[in-house]
Amino acid sequence: MARNVTPRRKLLFTVAAWFVALLIFFPVLWTILTSFKTEASAVASPPEFLGADWTLVNYADIWARSDYPRFFLNSVIISVGSTLLGLLIAIPAAWSMAFVPGKRTKDLLMWMLSTKMMPSAAVLIPMYLIFQKTGLFDSRTGLVLALMLMNLPVIVWMLYTYFKEIPGEILEAARMDGASLRNEIIYVLTPMAIPGIASTMLLNIILAWNEAFWTITLTTVNAAPLSSFIASYSAPQGLFYAKLSAASVMAIAPILILGWFSQKQLVRGLTFGAVK
Amino acid sequence: MGKIVLKSVCKSFGPVDVIPSIDLTIENGEFVVFVGPSGCGKSTLLRLIAGLEDTTSGTIDIDGKDATALPPAKRGLAMVFQSYALYPHMTVRNNIQFPLKMAGMDLAEQTRRADAAAKVLNLTSYMERKPGQLSGGQRQRVAIGRAIVREPAAFLFDEPLSNLDAALRVNMRQEITELHQSLKTTMIYVTHDQVEAMTMADKIVVLNAGNIEQVGSPLQLYNHPANTFVAGFIGSPKMNLITGPEAEKLGATTIGVRPEHLDVVSVGGWAGVVGLSEHLGSDTFLKVTTEAVGTINVRAGGEVMLRHGDSVRLQPQVGKVHRFGPDGLAI
Repeated sequence: MARNVTPRRKLLFTVAAWFVALLIFFPVLWTILTSFKTEASAVASPPEFLGADWTLVNYADIWARSDYPRFFLNSVIISVGSTLLGLLIAIPAAWSMAFVPGKRTKDLLMWMLSTKMMPSAAVLIPMYLIFQKTGLFDSRTGLVLALMLMNLPVIVWMLYTYFKEIPGEILEAARMDGASLRNEIIYVLTPMAIPGIASTMLLNIILAWNEAFWTITLTTVNAAPLSSFIASYSAPQGLFYAKLSAASVMAIAPILILGWFSQKQLVRGLTFGAVK
Repeated sequence: MGKIVLKSVCKSFGPVDVIPSIDLTIENGEFVVFVGPSGCGKSTLLRLIAGLEDTTSGTIDIDGKDATALPPAKRGLAMVFQSYALYPHMTVRNNIQFPLKMAGMDLAEQTRRADAAAKVLNLTSYMERKPGQLSGGQRQRVAIGRAIVREPAAFLFDEPLSNLDAALRVNMRQEITELHQSLKTTMIYVTHDQVEAMTMADKIVVLNAGNIEQVGSPLQLYNHPANTFVAGFIGSPKMNLITGPEAEKLGATTIGVRPEHLDVVSVGGWAGVVGLSEHLGSDTFLKVTTEAVGTINVRAGGEVMLRHGDSVRLQPQVGKVHRFGPDGLAI
């Protein structure tokens, strides 16, 4: 039954929605604006808004002073690498949990998720030592592994939910048609779960890209991604808000653009199976 | 070839014995229907034959070879599922060719076989469509097409028509029967619809609670039901099962009279009052409440002008009364 929406109500809801959206977006917006101000204008009190001195000098400085492409490349390798490796492990895992569940499958899923609730700081020392001893410290391989393990529960959970939506009879039909387990996953399950797999992939790339705790802790120079790049601008010799903002914008811009272009896919994937 | 022999096949899910023990032989080329109420184990039995479920004990022989431990693909059987189970991301052609592709057949042969199957099933003009763009009947035909290209030893059908509307169901029923006549391959068909069973089968297997109640041709089951369960299950409308003094008069615990074997007479018989009358033109169905035998169903041929509240007398036809003993078995 359609709800009766008067024009006044509609206006009220629209305004409220815009207000909430702006509230969420404001810190990002402020960072973007600050990145185009001079250092003096950035720290002015009261904050300068439209009357500020606009400049591109922060970007030019940062580009000249630091090796942005290297940080960017590290971020891409770490986020895409950890996501692909995670999918490689999670697809068979989610398959078995969804289609041949055991008595303890639900418990296992809950346990996996519960590891996400553990504060990262609790395992900081062991992780640090393990990385040091195995030579994984400050290596891309090390970070790919660490972030893959970090996000694996989320990947498995998401895929499990998508796989549950696929009727078991179709997989049985594939088995009757002579498909081996490998072919069943390659030709039937994966293509059918593509929307779900794609949105899992996107979400995990975003999560890995934005991850800061481990990427900053477990790297120094070689494997440092964009999160370290931002952190390097909050230097002990003083805060340079405008430069810090410019660095932040440069770090988040790629993922923001990716998110913008894939938002349709993300929403479709995240609501997959909500309506039959 | 497609002779299937089940020897003492058992299936338990945990502590529940879904199928206590079944022995059954399905001859090559036979059309066998497993029929029974929901939960009687007929689908489980089919899945055991298919290899989609493992037997708890017993053996399944296909063409003289023990297939009990073989995976589904190695049994040489093809299955058509209730939900069609088509691959939604593939075209009709790719759906039909999928088993051939899995068997590693070369593409030219795949195409030739798929085209031949499409021709038989009137799917030629739909080959490049996706299943989502087809009607229910067409989807079912694609599922059958996917089964026939493999040239299997036997076809297994798991309630394939239950998702179709009534008119289409009759058509598809006839198509499957004709397909069987032209292919002459063994077919095992599961249904809860006894009309489907009666019209399609060479041999009907009536199942109840995981046990075989009776195996026989449709008319054997109709004319000589082995027990009250089969008597009540086969035939539509259901056979009237009557207990009490009227049964005792004939030396039985229960007597059964089919609705079509009751005549409306002017003298004698069981007196009663018409409760419900349904006029279908070809038949008239009456529900009559009698003093002697309770409420019974009557099927009279043609138009019988009886209405609610009319008094009637009903007489079972000579030789058409089935007698059952205290154990429910036919005497």
